[in-house]
Amino acid sequence: MARAVTNNRKAINTGLAWLIGLLIFFPILWTFLTSFKTEAQAINDPPLFLFFDWTLENYAVVQERSDYLRFLWNSIIIAGGSTLLGIVIAVPAAWSMAFVPSRRTKDVLLWMLSTKMLPAVGVLYPIYLLFIQLGLLDTRIGLTIVLMLINLPIIVWMLYTYFREIPAEILEAARMDGASLREEILYVLTPMAVPGIASTILLNFILAWNEAFWTLNLTAANAAPLTAFIASYSSPEGLFYAKLSAASTMAIAPILILGWFSQKQLVRGLTFGAVK
Amino acid sequence: MGKIALKHVTKSFGTTEVIPPLDLDIEDGEFVVFVGPSGCGKSTLLRLIAGLEDVTSGMIEIDGNDATRVPPSKRGLAMVFQSYALYPHMSVRKNIAFPLRMAKVDEAERDRKVEAAAGILNLTDYLERRPGQLSGGQRQRVAIGRAIVREPEAFLFDEPLSNLDAALRVNMRLEISELHQSLATTMIYVTHDQVEAMTMADKIVVLNAGRIAQVGSPLELYRAPQNKFVAGFIGSPKMNFIEGEEARKQGAHTIGVRPEHLALSTDGGTWEGTVGVAEHLGSDTFLHVHIDGVGALTVRTQGEAGLNHGDRAHITPDPERIHRFDGDGLALA
Repeated sequence: MARAVTNNRKAINTGLAWLIGLLIFFPILWTFLTSFKTEAQAINDPPLFLFFDWTLENYAVVQERSDYLRFLWNSIIIAGGSTLLGIVIAVPAAWSMAFVPSRRTKDVLLWMLSTKMLPAVGVLYPIYLLFIQLGLLDTRIGLTIVLMLINLPIIVWMLYTYFREIPAEILEAARMDGASLREEILYVLTPMAVPGIASTILLNFILAWNEAFWTLNLTAANAAPLTAFIASYSSPEGLFYAKLSAASTMAIAPILILGWFSQKQLVRGLTFGAVK
Repeated sequence: MGKIALKHVTKSFGTTEVIPPLDLDIEDGEFVVFVGPSGCGKSTLLRLIAGLEDVTSGMIEIDGNDATRVPPSKRGLAMVFQSYALYPHMSVRKNIAFPLRMAKVDEAERDRKVEAAAGILNLTDYLERRPGQLSGGQRQRVAIGRAIVREPEAFLFDEPLSNLDAALRVNMRLEISELHQSLATTMIYVTHDQVEAMTMADKIVVLNAGRIAQVGSPLELYRAPQNKFVAGFIGSPKMNFIEGEEARKQGAHTIGVRPEHLALSTDGGTWEGTVGVAEHLGSDTFLHVHIDGVGALTVRTQGEAGLNHGDRAHITPDPERIHRFDGDGLALA
């Protein structure tokens, strides 16, 4: 009897998990399906699920009207650049907080995280004005810097957590072996923290890729990444659902594929330290 | 050369003073053991010499040069850690070669020295393995290999054998002693195990609460401990301490007699008592005897003692081997 109950419960749990998974995934699936419909089919009532005339027309139109590859390239530069820049700054910062903590280290860490609690729009004006003054508006370098700063607290926190797991004696051994601080970080700490650094890079790349507030507000034409590409297809007038869907699918495809292949690494990275 | 001198060295963590002013000279080629109970500051002292901790005041000289502010990487000392502290992402070969790589030694020379060290330490077959694939003893040998390739002024060992099982510990103890004899380099060795200290050291530094309780050769400490702490710490089983009337007869506050300096007899002797627990080791027997009016004493007899629990026994201390201490625990002449 007990076994039967367990099996039933298992089946219910599995069904529930599938339902929730489907619920979360449905908007993406619907966007994907809509991108292959004509504009008329896209707003058909009742909605058409699978049985419609599949067409690639939307993709052709979207590519023709706006240069997808240029947006993609901007996204790669901005997300990749801000992540790498953040890592270069965060590794020494996390090293010092993990291995030579002072009495204020905990405060500094909390303060850094607290900046993430501020609504971004609160500093939009000052940043916008600064960007105009410095000539950074609508430049890739400007966006790279802003996104790096936005994500830096998370990068430092994640690396700090990973570094804390590394025994200090190994770094001391490196020091005794004649390694300078730079060599100690480069040859001993970094290789040992590779899994942690990789998942930090991955997560921050995704965060930077998806970031829409700053990328929409600080760009016009030159530095606009894929978020701006999607936004340009949302319009209060006219029939754009299918084209918007096609644009969205094209914009999220790269990160979805990246996420799919690095799932294991990502989950391991996010739970690292939590389960030991 | 590996002459190390500590001059008025102190160390405080915040307001807690772990090492009060301390002076110590370590001669070139000496095997010095810092021994003491846990928390006595022996590891801290070693880390001060290594440069992994900064001294609060005082001076550390290495070969006559002031090294107080010299970073650990420039002191020319090699250290073997309790946890081995091997680089898990590198092969044994790369672990051993790491100090040479840091010293910008060219690759051919590096390989030659690694092979030589591996030969001495029986690691030749394991050079391409990662530390994770080795046993505890092999890891310890890799850590030692990493220390010897750079030909340091002195070796620092921080409880290197504590993570090994008993049989392996005895082997490694011998290997380290042999290494010291063949290299003739200064070695400073930290342990809480007085047996390791007695068997390996040229000179033992007994530490108690950050202070040096006594410095001397193993037998000096055994024969003439300067205070009760050293008397009780060196030697196994522990020295018996007797206070009260028996001590006053000897003109002391406390007297101490080692278990091996008590003669056991069934006929008659100085003290009489009842045998409690008897520990049979085969070669020796430790008898815990409850002496009437004196207290419990441990007696060591050679071979198998014919006494058992509850038997009456007489005990006589060797008059030449009675240690006398005053009320502050200092030895009386």
